[in-house]
Amino acid sequence: MKIHEYQAKAILARYSVPTPRGEVAFTKEEARAVAERLRSPVVVVKAQIHAGGRGKGGGVKLARSVDEAADLAGHILGMKLVTHQTGPEGRIVKRLLIEEGLDIKRELYLGVLLDRAAALPVFMASAAGGMEIEEVAKERPEAILREHIQPGIGLQAYQARKLAFGLGLAPESVSAAVPFFQSLYRAYVESDASLVEINPCVVTGDGRLVALDAKMTFDDNALYRHPEIRELRDLDEEDALEIAASKYGLNYIKLDGTVGCMVNGAGLAMATMDIIKLSGGAPANFLDVGGGASADQIKNAFKILISDASVRAVLINIFGGILRCDVLATGVVSAARELQLKIPVVLRMEGTNVEEGKRIINESGLGFTVADGMKDGAEKVVRIAGGAR
Amino acid sequence: MSILVDQNTRLLVQGLTGREASFHATQMIEYGTKVVAGVTPGKGGTKHLDAPVFNTVAEAVKATGANVSVIFVPPPFAADAILEAADAGLPLAVCITEGIPAMDMTRVWNVIRGGRTRLIGPNCPGIISPGKCKIGIMPGRIHKQGNVGVVSRSGTLTYEAVDQLTRLGIGQSTCIGIGGDPIIGTTFLDAIQLFNADPDTHAIVMIGEIGGNAEEAAAAYIKQNVKKPVIGFVAGQTAPPGRRMGHAGAIISGGQGTAKDKYAAMAAAGISTVQSPAEIGATLAKKLKG
Repeated sequence: MKIHEYQAKAILARYSVPTPRGEVAFTKEEARAVAERLRSPVVVVKAQIHAGGRGKGGGVKLARSVDEAADLAGHILGMKLVTHQTGPEGRIVKRLLIEEGLDIKRELYLGVLLDRAAALPVFMASAAGGMEIEEVAKERPEAILREHIQPGIGLQAYQARKLAFGLGLAPESVSAAVPFFQSLYRAYVESDASLVEINPCVVTGDGRLVALDAKMTFDDNALYRHPEIRELRDLDEEDALEIAASKYGLNYIKLDGTVGCMVNGAGLAMATMDIIKLSGGAPANFLDVGGGASADQIKNAFKILISDASVRAVLINIFGGILRCDVLATGVVSAARELQLKIPVVLRMEGTNVEEGKRIINESGLGFTVADGMKDGAEKVVRIAGGAR
Repeated sequence: MSILVDQNTRLLVQGLTGREASFHATQMIEYGTKVVAGVTPGKGGTKHLDAPVFNTVAEAVKATGANVSVIFVPPPFAADAILEAADAGLPLAVCITEGIPAMDMTRVWNVIRGGRTRLIGPNCPGIISPGKCKIGIMPGRIHKQGNVGVVSRSGTLTYEAVDQLTRLGIGQSTCIGIGGDPIIGTTFLDAIQLFNADPDTHAIVMIGEIGGNAEEAAAAYIKQNVKKPVIGFVAGQTAPPGRRMGHAGAIISGGQGTAKDKYAAMAAAGISTVQSPAEIGATLAKKLKG
C-alpha cells in the first residue's frame, strides 16, 4: 500500500526523523493559512500524488511570499499532473503539502528495503541525492553504499557511521546522521514498510540533516496489525475497478488490451496474459480469482470484467484441482445469466470432472465457446476480440 | 527414487483441526500419505481424522516419530509455527500459508537458515512424490510416477505443466512448489541441486515468474553443474513494472526481475526455454527423444 509524502513525513516525525515544518492543505485558503503560520522567507508548494517525478511535471514550486504560495496552490490544485510514473493520463492533484524552504548544501539518497537475495533488510545511501536511484545503480553502482541489517538487533551505530563517513559528511553532520539513520530503520521495521525512501535527504547550511522528501510503501500482508496505516489509504489514487476487486478479495490489475481474463492462481494468470500476447492479442487485465475459486468469486470477477469498457471478449482459464469443473461451470452459468452477460466468452477448463463441466456449459444455451487447451483458448478469444486493438 | 518425501515420510499437520487443513489432510490420506499426528494448541489428547492431536510439535514428534510437518496455520501465527517445527528438530517443514508478513519471514528465515530444518514455502502448494507421498494442496490424480523433477513458484501453473507431462506419458519423480513470496525457504537453486543429485530424476522442469533473481542464480549453477536436460518457463512476460502480480514476490522493481532477464540467463545456461505455457510438456518430450 502506498501513502502520500505528508503522511510518510508524519510517521517519520514520530520516530524523531527530522522533517521540514509543514502541513497538508486541501484548498487554496488552507494553503494560504499554512504559509502564514510557517513564517518562512521561502515556502514550498508540493503536489501530493502517489507518483514520483512531481517536480519535473510542474507539481513542486517555490514561493517567496504568502500571496505567491496561495496563488501557486490555486494553480496546482485540480491540475492534471503527468510524470514518468503516472502514464499519459496523469493524476488530478487534490492535496498539497506546504512546507518551509531550507538552505540546502548537499542532497543525499537514503533507502531501506528488503534485499530478497540476501533475505535481509538493506540500508542504502548515496551521495547522488535527487537522482533516480535506479539510474545511479545502472551508471555508477559503486556510488551506492549498502549495509545489510540483522533483523534481531537492527541497524547498529557503527553501520550508520560507516554510511555517514562513506557519504563524506563532516563530523558534526555524522553525529546527526547516526540517530537519523537508526530512526529511519526503526520506522521501517515497526511499521512493516516494504520501502522507506528519502530522496533527497538534505544537509543544510548549518549542518543539519533533514528528510526533504519521503516515500513509504507498506507490506499488504502486515496491514492487519497496523489499522492506523490502513486508514491512510487514498482511494482517489487507485483505479475504481481495482478498488472494487479488492473488496471482493480478487487480485485484479487493469491493463490496456481488449481481452478480459479470469484465471485461478497468480502464476497461471500471468501465463494466460503471456499466451494471449503470443497469440496476437493484448490482455485487458490480470485477474486471479484464487487457487480455489468459489462460484461467488466467479460472479464477482464477471462483474468487474463487464464494467471495463475496453473488454471485447473474455477468456476464462481455470485449472480445476481442488475446485471441481462442474461446480465451476454451474457458477459461471448462473453468474452469466444473472448479470445478463453480453460479452463473448471463451472458456477453457481442465481438471476434475471436466466432462461434466463442459456438458453444463454446452447445455446452458449461453453460446460460450469451449476451448481445448490454453493455446486454443487464447487463439479463439483473440480472434473474437479482433486482434490487439 | 524421489527427493525429500517418499513412502517413509511420517507427516505431522500443524493446524490439523482447522477447516482447510482437515480438507487437505483427508485428500493427503486418500493419496496414501501417512498422516501420523496433528498439532492444535489446546486440543491435545483428542483425535482428528484418526490421527492423535498434540498441544505442541515437540510432543507430537516424540510420540509419533513424525519427520515432516505441513503447516496450515493462519498468517498471523504461521511464523511462530515454522519456528516451532524447526525447534522440534524436524528435517523438513512445508508451509502452505499465504499472506505472512515479509518482516516475520525475514526474522524466521534468519533464525533457521543453515540449521537442520529445511523449509519449503511459504505461500506454496507443497511437494509431491507421485505414487508415494503428497504433502500440500495439489490435486494428486494429475500426477504420474516417473523421472522428471518439477520445481515452480506457482500453484495452478504447476498443475497445468504437470498435467501436460502426464498426458504425454511423462511421469514425475518429485514436484515442488517453492512458493510465491519474496522470502522462501527452498529456492530454485536448492531444488535443482537436489534433483541433480537424484539418480532417478532424468530431466528438470523449472517454472519461474517475474521478481527477484532466484531464476538467474539457479541458471548460473545449472550452467556449471547440471548435465540433465532442463526446460525453463517464466510467467509474466507481459506484466507491467511496479505492480504486484498476485504473488507477493511477483513484482518487477527498479528494472530488476523481468522475464526477459530470466529467459536470457536461462538461455545462456543451456536451458531449453519455452515462451508459451502450453508448450512446456511438448518441449520436454521433444528434448527427451532428443
